Amino acid sequence: MMIEFTADELHHVEALKAKYPDSKAAIMPVLWMAQKKWGWLSEDVMQYVGSVMNLPYAHVKGVATFYTMYFKKPMGKHHVQVCTNVSCMLRGGTEIFQAVKERLGCENNSATADGTFSLEEVECMGACGGAPMIAINETFHENVTMEKVNALLDSLR
Amino acid sequence: MYTSPHLVLPRIDNLADIDVYMANGGYQQYRKALGMTPDEVIDVVKKSGLRGRGGACFPTGLKWSFMPKGNDKPKYLAINGDESEPGSFKDRQIFESNPHQLIEGILIAGYAMGIEKAFIYIRGEYHAWVDMMQRAVDQAYAKGVVGSAMTQTFGGSYTIDIVVHKGAGAYICGEETSLMNSLEGDRAYPRYKPPFPANKGLWGMPTTINNVETIATVPPILAIGADAYAAIGAPGHTGTILFGVSGHVNKPGVYELETGTLLTDIIYNHCGGVPGNKRIKAIIPGGSSMPPLRGDEIDGVRMDEESLKPLGTHIGTAGIMVMDEDTDLVKVTLRIAHFYHHESCGQCTPCREGCGWMEKILHRIDHGDATVQDLDLLLSVAGNIEGNTICALGDAAAWPVQGFVRKFRDEFEARCKPSRSFLSLNVVHGRRATASTLVQST
Ligand SMILES: Cc1cc2nc3c(=O)[nH]c(=O)nc-3n(C[C@H](O)[C@H](O)[C@H](O)COP(=O)(O)O)c2cc1C
Ligand code: SF4
Ligand code: FES
Repeated sequence: MMIEFTADELHHVEALKAKYPDSKAAIMPVLWMAQKKWGWLSEDVMQYVGSVMNLPYAHVKGVATFYTMYFKKPMGKHHVQVCTNVSCMLRGGTEIFQAVKERLGCENNSATADGTFSLEEVECMGACGGAPMIAINETFHENVTMEKVNALLDSLR
Repeated sequence: MYTSPHLVLPRIDNLADIDVYMANGGYQQYRKALGMTPDEVIDVVKKSGLRGRGGACFPTGLKWSFMPKGNDKPKYLAINGDESEPGSFKDRQIFESNPHQLIEGILIAGYAMGIEKAFIYIRGEYHAWVDMMQRAVDQAYAKGVVGSAMTQTFGGSYTIDIVVHKGAGAYICGEETSLMNSLEGDRAYPRYKPPFPANKGLWGMPTTINNVETIATVPPILAIGADAYAAIGAPGHTGTILFGVSGHVNKPGVYELETGTLLTDIIYNHCGGVPGNKRIKAIIPGGSSMPPLRGDEIDGVRMDEESLKPLGTHIGTAGIMVMDEDTDLVKVTLRIAHFYHHESCGQCTPCREGCGWMEKILHRIDHGDATVQDLDLLLSVAGNIEGNTICALGDAAAWPVQGFVRKFRDEFEARCKPSRSFLSLNVVHGRRATASTLVQST
């Protein structure tokens, strides 16, 4: 697979750089773009991001590894994030995490064998008023029960 | 538009739409500010008694006055929307329901400090809310209330640009100097202070960092006046606060109330009490880093910084977590310790190692493998973190552990063995021959 942004995307990269007093600051939005496009940040993707950002690979990798939301390995098509921090834990988040783990049959921070799902036990997502909560990719689901979670997972493939 | 206590979240439908916001007097407070000198605006904020809503309660007007005058250098404003302290979910409500009031607050703050660019840093997990905020900023540009068109729209010569920046999952980025490194595109390690951001902040330039709610409170202050605002709520900590209530209450959610509201009033009236009418065992008053209160000491407690301080805790982010009588507080403390261990950036030894040790010891207690001496070890580790680190994450990790162990020592002790008995020496010696563990607890 060729790792390259399209001309339009490169245009967008330049626009992002121009938003900040120093173009280095665009690294986070550009890593987001790269992750959207290629699903995760492989060594090759990080090398490429370094080249469009004029930054050393080591710097790109340093930034990418600082943050949990940049994936350093392939994740599932549906990334299931279950919050088990205090507010969610008080309302059953830990049990939901265990049940989802059993259902998907994969370990924390990894994907199922077929790549459809991946699972992550996450820290507080800032949705404690709707605890317990899970997120699937970018969408929050609050006030969930195990039935609701199962129905949600049933609807995805 | 503004009647207390609905100042930050007025009860108006579709306020997130710029037309609705403007039809209700939106962006008029910036006009009002333009009629004053920048110093007069800072004075209004000082007089209002507004204190930061990001956790530290620093007086906002005073913070603004630290910014150097003059335009010889660019100056920046960073809006802290990282909102990652467990139990906190109130800034999200502003992105969703009233983003233009945040933007108007940025215009006023920017004018008062002579700032040319503002960055709104929002945690990465808030994908949808980042989009909502971006949409509001785009609308504001299109209407000419932000950016170079401001001179035509409002007159005067002042303009400011706003950039929405999305984080990527790191609690530490809420710490103000970490946020600056994150924005600049580096690993988000907190910086030593001094130099303070007002002197050397983003890209080495004077910078002010304020919480989302703090800045969203500025337009109503201009609207009703500093004196009227200062008269709301508790005298030492004025105004209204967004309380995010979670855990064991019937109606969790965000409630905007006057400071100094009774904690029991919040729980039993606004939030409908505790499910099953159970008793309350513990309450965290302001996000997970704040020391807890016991259920039997909440009567008469008022929710403002000056009332909470004498009780050994703080208002923090006003994220109230309620725990009923059946809650396992060892597990809660362990979960909190796990969080801070996970989020420590690793720069300072006391925080990096200490947070790990606290988690380990709490694990041992939870598993029933600990002795009462371990509780003292735990407190000693916590005490060695507190105050010995570059940023306040160390304190944030130590406080809840110290608080829970001190306030609920009996519950922790009940999970510990009274003492550890060691196998006698020659048995150890004998075991060594079989290459098994030298010393075992029984
Ligand atoms: C570990 C840590 C995390 C923090 N997280 C946040 C946060 O998510 N949001 C926030 O506004 N302030 C946070 N703060 C406080 C900020 O450093 C800073 O004091 C605040 O944003 C200043 O704004 P204010 O004066 O308007 O409250 C955090 C502080 C620490 C030490
Ligand atoms: S206290 Fe912890 S989080 Fe803060 S700089 Fe030190 S190691 Fe990093
Ligand atoms: S504790 Fe789960 S969203 Fe805050």
